[in-house]
Amino acid sequence: MKTLVLVEHDNANMKDATLAVVTAASQLGEVHALVIGSGCGSVAEQAAKVAGVATVHVADDASLANQLAENAAPLIASLMETHDAFLAPATTTGKNIAPRVAALLDVMQISDILSVESEDTFTRPIYAGNAIATVKSSDAKKVITVRGTAFDKAATEGGSGTIEAVGGASDAGLSSFVSEEIAKSERPELTSAKIIVSGGRALGSGEKFEEVITPLADKLGAGIGASRAAVDAGYVPNDYQVGQTGKIVAPEVYIAIGISGAIQHLAGMKDSKIIVAINKDEDAPIFQVADIGLVADLFDAVPELTSKV
Amino acid sequence: MKILVPVKRVIDYNVKPRVKSDGSGVDLANVKMSMNPFDEISVEEAIRLKEAGKAEEIVAVSVGPQKAQETLRTALAMGADRAILVVTDEEVEPLGVAKILAKIVEEEQPKLVITGKQAIDDDSNQTGQMLAALLGWGQGTFANTVELDSDSITVKREIDGGLQTVKLNLPAVVTTDLRLNEPRYASLPNIMKAKKKPMDEKTPADYGVDISPRLTTITVTEPPVRQAGEKVEDVDALVAKLKAVGAI
Repeated sequence: MKTLVLVEHDNANMKDATLAVVTAASQLGEVHALVIGSGCGSVAEQAAKVAGVATVHVADDASLANQLAENAAPLIASLMETHDAFLAPATTTGKNIAPRVAALLDVMQISDILSVESEDTFTRPIYAGNAIATVKSSDAKKVITVRGTAFDKAATEGGSGTIEAVGGASDAGLSSFVSEEIAKSERPELTSAKIIVSGGRALGSGEKFEEVITPLADKLGAGIGASRAAVDAGYVPNDYQVGQTGKIVAPEVYIAIGISGAIQHLAGMKDSKIIVAINKDEDAPIFQVADIGLVADLFDAVPELTSKV
Repeated sequence: MKILVPVKRVIDYNVKPRVKSDGSGVDLANVKMSMNPFDEISVEEAIRLKEAGKAEEIVAVSVGPQKAQETLRTALAMGADRAILVVTDEEVEPLGVAKILAKIVEEEQPKLVITGKQAIDDDSNQTGQMLAALLGWGQGTFANTVELDSDSITVKREIDGGLQTVKLNLPAVVTTDLRLNEPRYASLPNIMKAKKKPMDEKTPADYGVDISPRLTTITVTEPPVRQAGEKVEDVDALVAKLKAVGAI
């Protein structure tokens, strides 16, 4: 089977999310990577070095600069004439583009796979991860998005894929890019952070969140996350959100502070290696999944913890 | 301008789903069902556009069992003008739903379709994008803010790491994310009024599209259960424990 992996990138650097997809694709067959963008030659070179990548197809065109789904999907659909499976990371980019490709190919997408059982059978979470479905696809071509935390990352060195240019890109004339606001931060990104410090509604305000959570995260060199309740209450922006409706993370250490542990939050972090919970309520559901729990007032315990780590 | 709002009847988001012991699926018997929360946000956004004088008519549509009419009544009580129920007891996959919706769009000629980014049962996150592809329309997924003009819509999208703004020509499909708005509760008088609003009933056969499933669910199982660890007495014990397991 010949697979086509959508490379996640910003026209300069390949993102880590790509690497788990390469691993999933390699379980299906030969791995071809696809870089769509504008001025993205260096990304193609990085992708060619990823272990296991045989070929990198590069569609470098002004109309693809922002990877608008309307322009990207027809190009990918045409490449699928010579590939058997299209795999994208289950990032906002992949989730935007892949279903559009699937519909153009008249294929039912398999979203957010956790494992490859065989070339047509996969597992995927449903009901916010409260159940795992094993599904078998009868479509001749497969369109798949891959949950990054469920697969090991392919090595970024050791590959020697050949780079091939892909023509035929054009502006579909349906949409245009206006602007982007990407939070600039020295902090590790949530999906690749080794340690995450996450705050919940118990923080009480955006100021308190900053005052209590940030110093601990700084000290640990950690990424900062939040529960949906904290996001809904406006303490932090949505891209902090960990959970079913936010980001799915699996760091080495996840420190949940003032987070009760709603199903929807647990769905986003329960694959973390070590879960630490600090909460005033000893019956909070978060303690049922925490490896280390501390029942305490977070406003006392967290500053103390910050001073002692 | 007419807005079409597809909604789905799903398990209520407060209910913990239970996997059936025979592994055939999730037990939905005697479980509270509600409108998919993201679709509530879609209905709300359509109503706000109407209230702002930018839309004239809101048509809610659902593909599902007879009982999905309750979900449509909720949409009508919130403020949708009429509803279309495509009745089927089969489970229709996102691709099939998108095909039915594309036919309804042909008939109804809305300039905008607003629907939830994903349903909280199958968590597919596909229908809106697929519908846009089938119609050859632009798509504004994971909307955080929308600004509707007569021939275009500007959508601020929730993306990993921040926000992206795109401008789409109309007609277009928008899928909603959590922060777009906070849906209203239907008032009792509006719930009563909604009972008199028109609801058409159709079947998939009326639209002549192939909605046979492409995926077969082999089993549904419980996720691996994480065991609770231990509680520590104080911060010193926590620090010691973190060091002992090599966490810091």
